[in-house]
Amino acid sequence: MTFKNFSESFYSLLNLNFGLLKFSRLNLTLIILALFFCIPVVIVCGSLFFPAKDIWVHLIDTVLTDYIFNSLALLIGVGFFSLLLGVIPAWLVTMYQFPMSRYLEWAILLPMSMPAYIIAYSYTGTFDAAGPVQTIMRELTGWEYNDYWFPEIRSLGGAIAMLSLVLYPYVYLLARASFIEQSICVLEVSRTLGCNAIDAFRRVALPLARPAIIVGLSLVLMETLADYGTVQYFGVSAFTTGIFRTWFGMDNSLVAAQLSAILLLFVVVFLYLERRSRKQLAFHHTSNRYSPLLKQKLKSSSAFFAFVICFAPLLFGFILPASFLGEWAISTYSEALDIDFYILLLNSLSLAFVTALLALVIALFLVYMNRNSHLFINRFLVRFISLGYAIPGTVIAVGVLIPFAWFDNRLDEFLTLHFNFSSGLLISGTLFILIFAYLVRFLAVSINTVEAALEKIKLEMDEVAKTAGMSHVSIMRRIHMPIMRGSLLTALLLVFVDVLKELPATLILRPFNFNTLAVRTFELANEERLAEAAVPALAIVIAGIIPVIMISNSISRSRPGYE
Amino acid sequence: MKKTLTIIIFLIFQQLPNAAEVNVYSARKETLIKPLLDQFTRDTGIRVNLITGKADIFIKRLEIEGENTPADILLTIDAARLVRAKEKGLFQEVISDALNKVIPNYFRDIDNHWFGLSLRSRVIVFAPDRVNKEELIDYLDLANSKWKGRICVRSSSNIYNQSLVASLIAHHGINKIEIWASRLVENFARPSKGGDRDQIKAVAIGVCDIALVNNYYLAGMLESSQEYETYAAKKVKLFWPDQNGHGAHVNISGAGVTKYAKNKEEAIQLLEYLVTDKAQQWYSDINYEYAVNPEIKNTAILGIWGVFKSDDLNLSLLGRYNRDAVLLMDRVGWK
Amino acid sequence: MNNAIEIKELSLSIEGRQILENISFGLGEIGIACLLGPSGCGKTSLLRCIAGFEELNYGEVWIKGIIASKPNHHLPVEQRNIGMVFQDYVLFPHMSVTENIIFGLKDQRATRIKERLDELIELFALEKHTRKYPHQLSGGQQQRVALARAMAPRPGVLLLDEPFASLDIQLREQLARELRSILKQDGITTIMVTHNQLEAFAMADIIGVMGDGKLRQWDTAFNLYHEPKTSYVANFIGEGVFIKGEVINSIEVKTDIGNIKGHIPHNFEKGKKVRVLIRPDDILHDDDSKVTAHVRGKAFRGAEFLYTLETKNGLYLQSLVPSHHDHPMNEPIGIKTEIDHLVIFTDEEISI
Repeated sequence: MTFKNFSESFYSLLNLNFGLLKFSRLNLTLIILALFFCIPVVIVCGSLFFPAKDIWVHLIDTVLTDYIFNSLALLIGVGFFSLLLGVIPAWLVTMYQFPMSRYLEWAILLPMSMPAYIIAYSYTGTFDAAGPVQTIMRELTGWEYNDYWFPEIRSLGGAIAMLSLVLYPYVYLLARASFIEQSICVLEVSRTLGCNAIDAFRRVALPLARPAIIVGLSLVLMETLADYGTVQYFGVSAFTTGIFRTWFGMDNSLVAAQLSAILLLFVVVFLYLERRSRKQLAFHHTSNRYSPLLKQKLKSSSAFFAFVICFAPLLFGFILPASFLGEWAISTYSEALDIDFYILLLNSLSLAFVTALLALVIALFLVYMNRNSHLFINRFLVRFISLGYAIPGTVIAVGVLIPFAWFDNRLDEFLTLHFNFSSGLLISGTLFILIFAYLVRFLAVSINTVEAALEKIKLEMDEVAKTAGMSHVSIMRRIHMPIMRGSLLTALLLVFVDVLKELPATLILRPFNFNTLAVRTFELANEERLAEAAVPALAIVIAGIIPVIMISNSISRSRPGYE
Repeated sequence: MKKTLTIIIFLIFQQLPNAAEVNVYSARKETLIKPLLDQFTRDTGIRVNLITGKADIFIKRLEIEGENTPADILLTIDAARLVRAKEKGLFQEVISDALNKVIPNYFRDIDNHWFGLSLRSRVIVFAPDRVNKEELIDYLDLANSKWKGRICVRSSSNIYNQSLVASLIAHHGINKIEIWASRLVENFARPSKGGDRDQIKAVAIGVCDIALVNNYYLAGMLESSQEYETYAAKKVKLFWPDQNGHGAHVNISGAGVTKYAKNKEEAIQLLEYLVTDKAQQWYSDINYEYAVNPEIKNTAILGIWGVFKSDDLNLSLLGRYNRDAVLLMDRVGWK
Repeated sequence: MNNAIEIKELSLSIEGRQILENISFGLGEIGIACLLGPSGCGKTSLLRCIAGFEELNYGEVWIKGIIASKPNHHLPVEQRNIGMVFQDYVLFPHMSVTENIIFGLKDQRATRIKERLDELIELFALEKHTRKYPHQLSGGQQQRVALARAMAPRPGVLLLDEPFASLDIQLREQLARELRSILKQDGITTIMVTHNQLEAFAMADIIGVMGDGKLRQWDTAFNLYHEPKTSYVANFIGEGVFIKGEVINSIEVKTDIGNIKGHIPHNFEKGKKVRVLIRPDDILHDDDSKVTAHVRGKAFRGAEFLYTLETKNGLYLQSLVPSHHDHPMNEPIGIKTEIDHLVIFTDEEISI
């Protein structure tokens, strides 16, 4: 029986069995694919069904309150600051003209290319008690360590600051895209009704941008929950460090998975709130007429404030840490730039690119499947996959390793038994499993972005195209793509940068003789050889910059009439 | 684009049959172990495939991979993990005269499942201008209230601290050590943060007066190319704890051959290589660790600190009491 | 300055292009004016100048006795107390009907807000829709909400930009009349912009015909129709043709379809060659007439036919004839002229 016959009869069997529920073949394939990606989440959640009482008693007695308190503090702190740092500059840069506003528009995204742990290392290295700043201060003033107060970088507050500085671009990106898209007419109307600039922002522009901002915020919060490098280095005991510790230190994978499940709970709550608010408001375009967006020129005092507000995040989130790193790199680069380094660079870049592309393609399939069908299972699957973002890389890695290793072992047994041929470990231990883990983690990013983009295109447009005889694929290619181009590039970029920076899953799953820039940086920094870590760290940052610029340009261009 | 794809494909399907090779899961950082492994390759022609990471993670991975694991050797940086790996049945017995001759029997597994390769000690560093050397005695004394607000130690999640506490539990029992630990935590100058080098720097600046660190960090800092590191290292002095008692706590970096190793012969060859004089000297000269081979002369830096009495506690106990240590540290709030 | 709106010699150019040139007019309290003209004539730009979205290059805009725009002085939009309804209403999608309407009333006491809200809801018959959101409303309902929202803060002037453009055509005239009565009832000065004459006729007290950035004539609908001052206006308003004629005396002109007599004397000297405007309602069907013309075109308009007729001299005329007179194509029918207003232009004026 040929494979085609087999699959056809398989599908018709399914169709028969499900009777009323008609799945197209494509849909079914996509469902199976989607289920694949749900496996780690299922495994993590499944752990909740196994009780482990005494460990939990111990945890509750000792560290659980810390985990909860610190994680909550991180969420609230980072959420608040990234909103502040993301929304206000996005507004200023969209509506007004002030010195350097044209450059700040994209420059403000630069911190996105910095992994949080890297910025943590660079600030610590510089501002810590033993670092140059305080040392010079002590020399100049003759003070001893206990005589003065200096903010402690390595603290909960410091962690909040570091994470905010590095994550606010997510909010900025989405807020700005939304502000650009809003019809200028809405703002003009509010002015005729007596709103000055601040009122128009507060009462009209901001609420209209809310779904986009909430999407950005939920990404930020999920990243915060998943961060391990920063909180570990700063000595903040949060859920991620707790999971690591329980899993490996106490060798209790079950409880660690259960802790991860609690982490997921936080995320599910966020996602629910976000979906609910989105459903209540139909945020299609407010008007189909577009006037060119004329930026208002600010007077010198307001212009100065606007400049400061937009420049400060850039300064603290990128310029300062990059210059610290640059200084260290200069002192070590001659040894650091060897052939090993270039191999490292190639590894990192190609891995990131391949993953980002795959993530985009899969996300497009899944989101389109959702859009064209009203089946509950489709929606549910897509939502479920999005949970992958909240799971720390470590957890996903093991959640991925278990099924694949099981599969490999069973396959090997089967082949050995029947064909006397041992396949060994086919999948685990290759890049395939690493990319799969990345996808589980980062599909949420591309799904979210593609979804937000597609939502803006009314279904009526599709219907018009269908009456003109266009196929689904044609519609996608010729109508949706041009409109969504900016958002698709965003999706590509976000995943690319995320993979470049990813650490824990890479540490666990990478194959032999394969290292990435992130791993190298982490190892060097953890050996307290920060100066040598600077070169690979900077490489990550630089590689992440170019897509950042691309992205900024394409957002501007995607709005009709905008220059 | 095509080039990238081909490279990716090549990298993915790396199961190319090769000349002799050995696959290593190493908890030692790449920069610390690779030069030695490269030297091994040059000397024997056997290729070494290396992944580095945390020992705990590798143990988990070995468990999951089961029979099909590609790893031949697990290299760790402390004894407790070796014991744990053995308990999970991840090692196999290795009969090797070379290994048995060089390594003293308290530094290897009784069933020949794992072997110590180098030694390190957890010592007390202190600021000589603020601490009178006579006041330092041993680990237990650190709970004394005279040290209040003057001690820096890294996090309890670090395996070195866990092993230290495990050794103390082995000597004195859980109850006594729990009291000790809670008093120790009260004496902390600040909540635990950073690594051992950070603690040394903290003492140098005056954040605290004493710290518990592994000796090779201090050595590394003294020889560092970074001026601020040598500066800090010079401001502190090393003290060997408990010289009149059990002796300074000692731990090993070590390795074993995995149960399902595919390249057993080559793996044993590698282990034997690591205990050759050349390799042992390298440990001492480059990594500032004490060679497990007692015959090896230690590098100048290590020599400065003189001979010390080391705790001859059976290292498998570090593994046995590891879990108790972790739970204990949680209970007393040692973060 | 008694007028609610006064525009003096307003000129606007954008990036070198002249958009508006030397516009002047005044509109009294409670007056409803309509700016009428084809696309691109500048009417929307003029509206935006009055609103304050554009800064003029020359001239003045006065709103309720206060100078709003002048070359170096520009009162911001939010301080002009104007109300504006945009072409696609642009309701706030995230607010209900009620919230939309009271949006501009934020500074007032709650009781007053409620009063005004109730007033407007009743005025626009929106009782059943107060809690709905814009995407749940029909086009006509959205328009009413947009109007109510703009009128709520009792602006000095209400500006409407093609308010009927998105609505069903049959409803437009009727809606225009209804809107007119609402606006009169609320006592609000209004300027509307449209390219549709019927809307303008139904809504406005006074109409400004615009072309190429200039204000061609500012007059009542009746006058525009029957006494257009320029051929542009004559062409734009209503339908008609120009036929050649020769001046006989100050109220009479000789043409190929007979001598035409008007009431208002003109200044042209005897014998001057002129063009006479002949509207379809000037040509009547008369079976008894000796003058005939052939039917060359028929457009059914419900109550009437618009016939295109060709006279014996090859002159093309249009005639509105009650539709129960259904004459077949190319048949000759008798016609007579009944012209009350004599509208004549010189040849040069025609080409403007």
